[in-house]
Amino acid sequence: MRGHRHEPNRFVAIVLALAAFAVQAQGSAVDEIAKYRAALQDGNPAELWEARGAALWKEKRGPKNASLEQCDLGRGAGVVKGAYTELPRYFADADRVMDLETRIVWCMVTLQGYTEADAKKGPFGGPDRKSDMEAYVAFVTSESRGIRMNVGQSHPKELEAYRLGEKMFYFRGGTHDFACATCHGEDAKRIRLQDLPNLTQKAGAQKAYTTWPAYRVSQGELRSFQWRLNDCFRQQRFPELIFASDASIALTMFLARNANGAAFDAPAIKR
Amino acid sequence: MAPSTALAFAVAVAAAAAAILVGCATVPSDAEVSAKAAAVLKASFREQGQAKLDRLTQDDTQKTCSEYSGKALPKDVAERIEKENLASIQWPADGKYLGDWKAGERIAQEGRGMQYSDDPKVPAGANCYACHQLAPQELSYGTIGPTLYQFGKVRGYTAEMRKYAYGKIWNAEAYNACTNMPRFGHRGILTSQQVKDVVALLMDPDSPVNK
Repeated sequence: MRGHRHEPNRFVAIVLALAAFAVQAQGSAVDEIAKYRAALQDGNPAELWEARGAALWKEKRGPKNASLEQCDLGRGAGVVKGAYTELPRYFADADRVMDLETRIVWCMVTLQGYTEADAKKGPFGGPDRKSDMEAYVAFVTSESRGIRMNVGQSHPKELEAYRLGEKMFYFRGGTHDFACATCHGEDAKRIRLQDLPNLTQKAGAQKAYTTWPAYRVSQGELRSFQWRLNDCFRQQRFPELIFASDASIALTMFLARNANGAAFDAPAIKR
Repeated sequence: MAPSTALAFAVAVAAAAAAILVGCATVPSDAEVSAKAAAVLKASFREQGQAKLDRLTQDDTQKTCSEYSGKALPKDVAERIEKENLASIQWPADGKYLGDWKAGERIAQEGRGMQYSDDPKVPAGANCYACHQLAPQELSYGTIGPTLYQFGKVRGYTAEMRKYAYGKIWNAEAYNACTNMPRFGHRGILTSQQVKDVVALLMDPDSPVNK
């Protein structure tokens, strides 16, 4: 499993080569970045996380020495196929709306006997440790590839989460007065050369949401949607978003439902 | 109508009325959703490094602009926001607005500052290039804000324009209510000297921005 570690170096070399192109003219630099992104699609190290997650899913673990195979992700115990396209959703057993990561924590507690605190430990991988959560997420989401997003709103708590998430998307705060909408509320904007999806429009929300989680070449890690929100808020100059917090679930509900109708296409690969 | 039928009818009407009332009570108003969203946010973050939880407490401008986000901002509300923010600007005591454009260029390039991952002892940058085109040599610029290339050359190197540039960088809400631009001086991101240096990047005839 260490094989992927050398991959980022090769990509860094490509990035540096492209930086040289960028000096010539911005137009061609943008073209070259598009070519670079296209080249990345050929072989995605996310497959390593998917495989590890699939194996871990079946492994007997925790105080109860049980696997996650009977975890109910919303389509019934043991059904993984397509489950991600209907998340977040209301779960009657927990009497609350849960996103994928929150539900996996629930299953680790109820099936495997972990404490909630232990189940939530180390949700994001780094250079010195792998995250089991990101592996689970890679496996479960890969089982929804090609299936259309279909997040519901039949339960009042689902509607409430959506409305709260919408408000949070427009909530301006911090030292810089930034909201999610500051960067993701208009078409065809960018930060430096990075294109920004307009998440208030259907097309933008669909394209963005259906390509997370993703293998981030610049980090050599597979990143979950919880990570995506966490790092957006860091750059927004907010304090740290707590993993699997109510705000993270509400925002995910808002963004996931806005992507309804689009075919899910992740784990993807991004720069 | 027989008395028993009338009674049944009255009960039915009362039940329907009660159902409507209950229905109304369970659908929270926009203001209630806003208040709950703010409360849920506060419970969903933890302080990290220099980013404390008070960053989630909105001032009047943040709260009002969040409320009208994605909607038309009424003229009187816009005027109130601009007036309040203009009144709060701290103008330089020495009356000078032009610093060093070379220092201004470094501040405009620097993206670090105020994130919990940043060293609070290092002065924050303004990261102008994240959103604006400035000097034409820098090809990696964003487009959330307008181009500022030839800012001074186009507008004239006047004292009024230098003062306007200072005020705009210090507190952009004083001139354009609910703008996306941060209030760099007002929120303590940049010092007065740093603001002057960025003014020089825009207003010094020798600055590459005006070439």
